[in-house]
Amino acid sequence: MTMTGLSRASLAPDTVAAPLVRARNVHKSFGANEVLKGIDLDVGQGEVVVILGPSGSGKSTFLRCINQLEKMDRGSIEVAGEQIGYELRDGRLLALSPRAVARQRRRIGMVFQQFNLYPHMTVLQNVVEAPIGIHGVPRAEAEAYAMELLVKVGLPEKAHAYPRQLSGGQQQRVAIARALAIKPRLILFDEPTSALDPELVGEVLETMRGLADQGLTMIVVTHEIGFAREAADRVVFMDGGVVVEQGRPEDVLVNPRQPRTRAFLARVI
Amino acid sequence: MSAAVQPVLADARDVSRAHRPFPIGRIALWAIVVGVFAQAFWAIAHNKNFEWHVVAQWFTADSILRGLGVTLGLTVVSMVIGTAIGLLLAMGRLSEDPLLRSLSALYIWFFRGTPLLVQLLFWYNMSTLFPTISIGIPFGPTFASWPTNDVITPLTAAIAGLSLNEAAYMAEIIRGGLLSVDRGQYETADAFGMTRWRALRRIIIPQAMRSIVPPSGNQLISMIKATSLVSVIAMGDLLYSAQAVYNRTFEVIPLLMVAVLWYLLVTSILNVGQSAIERYYARGERGAASRTPAPTVAGETL
Repeated sequence: MTMTGLSRASLAPDTVAAPLVRARNVHKSFGANEVLKGIDLDVGQGEVVVILGPSGSGKSTFLRCINQLEKMDRGSIEVAGEQIGYELRDGRLLALSPRAVARQRRRIGMVFQQFNLYPHMTVLQNVVEAPIGIHGVPRAEAEAYAMELLVKVGLPEKAHAYPRQLSGGQQQRVAIARALAIKPRLILFDEPTSALDPELVGEVLETMRGLADQGLTMIVVTHEIGFAREAADRVVFMDGGVVVEQGRPEDVLVNPRQPRTRAFLARVI
Repeated sequence: MSAAVQPVLADARDVSRAHRPFPIGRIALWAIVVGVFAQAFWAIAHNKNFEWHVVAQWFTADSILRGLGVTLGLTVVSMVIGTAIGLLLAMGRLSEDPLLRSLSALYIWFFRGTPLLVQLLFWYNMSTLFPTISIGIPFGPTFASWPTNDVITPLTAAIAGLSLNEAAYMAEIIRGGLLSVDRGQYETADAFGMTRWRALRRIIIPQAMRSIVPPSGNQLISMIKATSLVSVIAMGDLLYSAQAVYNRTFEVIPLLMVAVLWYLLVTSILNVGQSAIERYYARGERGAASRTPAPTVAGETL
């Protein structure tokens, strides 16, 4: 399957080595509350980046800026060389139409804290909704691929169940299959295990670890230090709306340089 | 307390052995209610003034059935147009554009705030306000123009009056339904790159239907009865047809009974339909009849 949005960026020789996600000076306020105070972050193709940080550090808000579920106030974010939400035309930056923004979001998968499965559709219908409706994949092909993905997340026998008949962990695994079904170039995970009962966290993390090993580009906002240690290529620690520290998990998690990182890790481990 | 007594006591207190008290009050109430209803039924059935043979004679008369057809047709057409306009108004009310929001609010304010009967009369007498109806650029050239009396017949006046009034009520019902859907569902649809319209059609409206259907059923039933108002603008609906007969025969009560029985019959059928629709939109809910999951792939590989 070709990715039309990607072609322009990948054909230009000077952007071949460019990161898949490039965030520059991202600012965001809710009223008087400045949540993001200038975030710079690059995420390479195939990289698994885990964003850690205390509640209110702005990590979820930043994640939601990447697919424009939140509109940022300042700065820019590019995904695969295309600026999200805006277009530079003759030196003037123009806001894109909702339709164009929708097109940009098509290859960015997202997994939500509250799963957000479509409750009126079966598991299989949930997974094939976007491929058939938005990407124009023929039904038979979409369903075959969906079943493959359901096998991958370990739930093929639930294909015809409704979301409310599943446990939280099962629902989240379906949500992951749904995000994979659009053949994403990037998946965003917004605290995927925070709404789960403790005994169900493991199965979801297990599924995510499997994806990380397959070279999928993932940005994961989570409180699971264990997942960061085992699956992340890079750990980013955010606090107070800025990136405090980032690096390989064995450095950031074991020998943090910043006192704020040290204090956070001391609290959660 | 001695140890020997306790087991006996515990056994005697086992709630599964309990007897119910004799429901003397409830049985008395039933007797009274049944008595009153039997008396009322007897009084109605044997009251000569109802002239039941006349009711039976006219119940399936051609003119009455034609009137019933007009009533049903008007109801369906007005309800469909009213719901479509109502959906647009509801989206307008929820829009980010302040102009759309206030236009929708103004519409709803006006049409809910004036009696339907007055609206119908206004539509019917439109020609006295505006002798011609034209399409063109405001304050600019006109492209086409018709005499109002050719456009506004009793039928178009009735449809315009009923459906524009209905739209105001349906707008509020639909808006409530759209607001009842979890915010996360809108976000998910957005995140997957659905257009506004597609998200509404595939994700939001099917979920909103759960809270839209019951009050819409109410609206539909109100609408069937509201169509009887069009008899004032010489539209031949069910009530008008009954009136036309008793104006000739002076059998007022029996013909009103014909109309009443038809209205009751139609609304009863609609109640059954509404329950079926409610069950359909409740699918996926906890407690809804669960289907046995059919394993379509043999064996797990992970």
